Amino acid sequence: MNLPEREAAVRRMLEQEPPPPVPPDLYGAVVRRGGRMLRRRRAVRRLLWLALLAAAVVFTVWAATVRPWVEPPSETTPPLTGW
Amino acid sequence: MRERRASQGIRRARDFESFVAGAAGRLLHTATLLTAEPRDANPRARRLLTLALAHTYASWDRLHGEDPYDSARRQLAVRFQRAAWHQYGGFGRRRASPDHGLARLTPQERLILVLRLYEGIAEEQAAALLGLPAERVRAICARAMATLLHPPRDPVPARMEVAPS
Repeated sequence: MNLPEREAAVRRMLEQEPPPPVPPDLYGAVVRRGGRMLRRRRAVRRLLWLALLAAAVVFTVWAATVRPWVEPPSETTPPLTGW
Repeated sequence: MRERRASQGIRRARDFESFVAGAAGRLLHTATLLTAEPRDANPRARRLLTLALAHTYASWDRLHGEDPYDSARRQLAVRFQRAAWHQYGGFGRRRASPDHGLARLTPQERLILVLRLYEGIAEEQAAALLGLPAERVRAICARAMATLLHPPRDPVPARMEVAPS
């Protein structure tokens, strides 16, 4: 048997069985699970946005109070006195 | 705004319901072939299908014109691959009870055979879906076909391909 014939034979073998009956509560179960997935996803996204917002606020407050871009007064040079 | 959203929700539910009504039979058959369960006692296949369709439901708004059947089938294949990996401690292991024709194959062989021949997915697409090289998909499919078409005790099915018939 060559390849197309064998493929056709296997295909027939797979298709000869009658399809299994679809359970009647399938749609309800799918919507329940899918809805839960959707809600969870939405909650996670909201949580991540909130975390990002909180981080931005914290950073802004920290930067405004500490002012890390201002050069600190020098501490290495000794004060010039008695010159 | 709220009204528009509600009507969108209704349309979405109707679309999804008609999709499930049309596709569930064939997808359940595919899932049952994958799990190699008898047609009237297929809890694993049902669970697999429920999870795959639930995922399609959850990402329904983000399909953007993609065929939902493709999406559900991809989910089915990927979930079966993952479940088989965890369940049998390896994707290539053979099942202990060879009761059914397809049960003689490994989960991977079944997956590739069903995707290629029952679902009619091209070799390259199946390879991309499963993360395998296309040659490997072809080899596994040939091996699975040889196992299915010849008696299980057939020692070297590869000889069939070498000998000129």
